[in-house]
Amino acid sequence: MAADPVKDDNDALGMSRARIDSALRSVLCDVLGLDAEDVAEFDADTGLFGHLPELDSMAVAGLLTELEDRLDILIEDDDVDGEMLETYGGLLAFAEAKVIEG
Amino acid sequence: MFAEWTCPLPGGTTGTESARIFDDGRDHRLLVIPPLFDEHNKMRHQLVEVMRRLHLSGIDSVLPDMPGTNESKAPLREQSLDGWRTAMKAAVQHFKPTRFLAVRAGALLVPVGLPGWDYSPMGGKQVLRGMVRARIIAAKEAGREETSDGLMQSGRTEGIELAGWPLGAEMVRELETAEVASSPLRQRIDQSLVGGKPLWLRAEPDDDPEQADALAAIIAVALDPQADTR
Repeated sequence: MAADPVKDDNDALGMSRARIDSALRSVLCDVLGLDAEDVAEFDADTGLFGHLPELDSMAVAGLLTELEDRLDILIEDDDVDGEMLETYGGLLAFAEAKVIEG
Repeated sequence: MFAEWTCPLPGGTTGTESARIFDDGRDHRLLVIPPLFDEHNKMRHQLVEVMRRLHLSGIDSVLPDMPGTNESKAPLREQSLDGWRTAMKAAVQHFKPTRFLAVRAGALLVPVGLPGWDYSPMGGKQVLRGMVRARIIAAKEAGREETSDGLMQSGRTEGIELAGWPLGAEMVRELETAEVASSPLRQRIDQSLVGGKPLWLRAEPDDDPEQADALAAIIAVALDPQADTR
């Protein structure tokens, strides 16, 4: 039986990439009011801030704060830029880097 | 169902504010204290849905406008947390609630001595952090660099507009240190108990009938007149 990547706790980072991906999708579900199946289809190029009209600055701020809580990371003002927020891939790469850094 | 009540304003004057109310003269009346600013907009419909369900369960409720919020004519920039606490006391005297339900940063306005529930409470610092972050993101989008230290510094002395909300200097200073008080009269309701996705995170205001059922049930069960033999 294949190992469940979401419950992989043998990862050297303490948190596997799959878990970060899953946490990020879950926060996006909450913010966008979408079902898990819809958000499961997001890929690296799926546009976020600037592409989804409902995703305004207040919603993005809430999203980042929720990510801080769920991934136990601290996001500084300087970290936040248009590139990381623009696509799902950008945000995921940012979250992974933050978890490694933290 | 709306009622008007006389509300104390800064500078010792009074004004007339509105309140959403379900009133059938029943034994229990719940004071609903909504979240602050953006989260209030996101949760308001849901809270009225909870009130409607409580009404059907034989519980009255009231959701008073604080000056500078919702339908109020008073300017938000002139309001302070302390002023809102005074206004909340006046609302308690007017509407005579027996319990409160405070949501998110509404927990900062809970009147002393009233028993009730804090639903996913948060402190003032977190409120400011979210709003400052929203402003920095919007500024970056417009090609301007702003820092939270710089924004907070001018906010403390001159007041500041954050995410479309004009906050006075006193409000900013109060929010920086405001924490949710603890009291044996206050019980905490976490989102995990209500279930579903937290509606204050939603980019567009929305309601969720199942969550409204759950929240109303938590309160109605605790106030069940048949279980209350006093």
